[in-house]
Amino acid sequence: MKAKVYVTIKENVLDPQGSAVQGALHTMGFEEVGKVRIGKYLELNLDTSDRAEAEARLTAMCEKLLANTVVEDFRFELEG
Amino acid sequence: MKFAVIVFPGSNCDIDCYKAVEDTIGQEVDYVWHTATDLSAYDAILVPGGFSYGDYLRCGAIARFAPVMNEVVKAAEAGKFVLGICNGFQILTEAGLLPGALRRNSGMKFICQQTLLEVANNNTAFTSQYSAGEIIDIPIAHGEGNYYCDDETLAQLKANNQIVFRYAGDTNPNGSVENIAGISNVRGNVVGMMPHPERAVDQLLGSEDGKRMFTSILNAWREQHGAAVNG
Repeated sequence: MKAKVYVTIKENVLDPQGSAVQGALHTMGFEEVGKVRIGKYLELNLDTSDRAEAEARLTAMCEKLLANTVVEDFRFELEG
Repeated sequence: MKFAVIVFPGSNCDIDCYKAVEDTIGQEVDYVWHTATDLSAYDAILVPGGFSYGDYLRCGAIARFAPVMNEVVKAAEAGKFVLGICNGFQILTEAGLLPGALRRNSGMKFICQQTLLEVANNNTAFTSQYSAGEIIDIPIAHGEGNYYCDDETLAQLKANNQIVFRYAGDTNPNGSVENIAGISNVRGNVVGMMPHPERAVDQLLGSEDGKRMFTSILNAWREQHGAAVNG
């Protein structure tokens, strides 16, 4: 089973990278761009076919290591 | 008194920390590898700056799970002195020994410069040799030193007098909450800070204002141990 994990800076926490990219897009004439948030994308191959178990394990992985829940949110998708 | 300087793959201020102990207070000091499983021989643990595990994923995220960190947690719980500097601060927050998190600098740049700090709390084992409110000159060198905590945590930090250093005046280089440059745990035996006191122990380095952190630690340890040790 394949998992796609997305880690993003929390909405209420300043994302300097996102702000810098937003500024660059405006400078280039893409005025329609509102807020930009930059995050991390991870692909994990899981050796299991038990979806519920995979979700529980992924949540634990995200909370322990993949995201710092003080400043980051996470979500994931399972395929297969 | 015996110091451990923890060495992770990618640490690069370990030698500075070792030398600061050796040169300023002349106490025993060892490098301790990240795989170590016993820190019982040490009275103080220094978690140095650098780029542990290449800062992959997040600064300090992987180092926090190194075997030696279980022992650092035990040492902290036993009341031993633990000082995390720069990447060491990031590791201590990731490990949950200190609240909050370090984000990328608000200006996006890696900043390496002398910085003025205000000693916000001189009532700790790490800062007793400073005056309250004293302005000291300590260098910073970081890209992710922007301290963040939520409002509730900030209120607790203030209520417990856990803010140890602030960037002085309007000099905040990284956008940290309330100009915070360093904090302690509630008990006061664990301190994390982004500036580098170990790089300010001699005028040849541009400042010797970092010296008194090391003499403070030694004094605190001697007070705990009946001031019976010379050296």
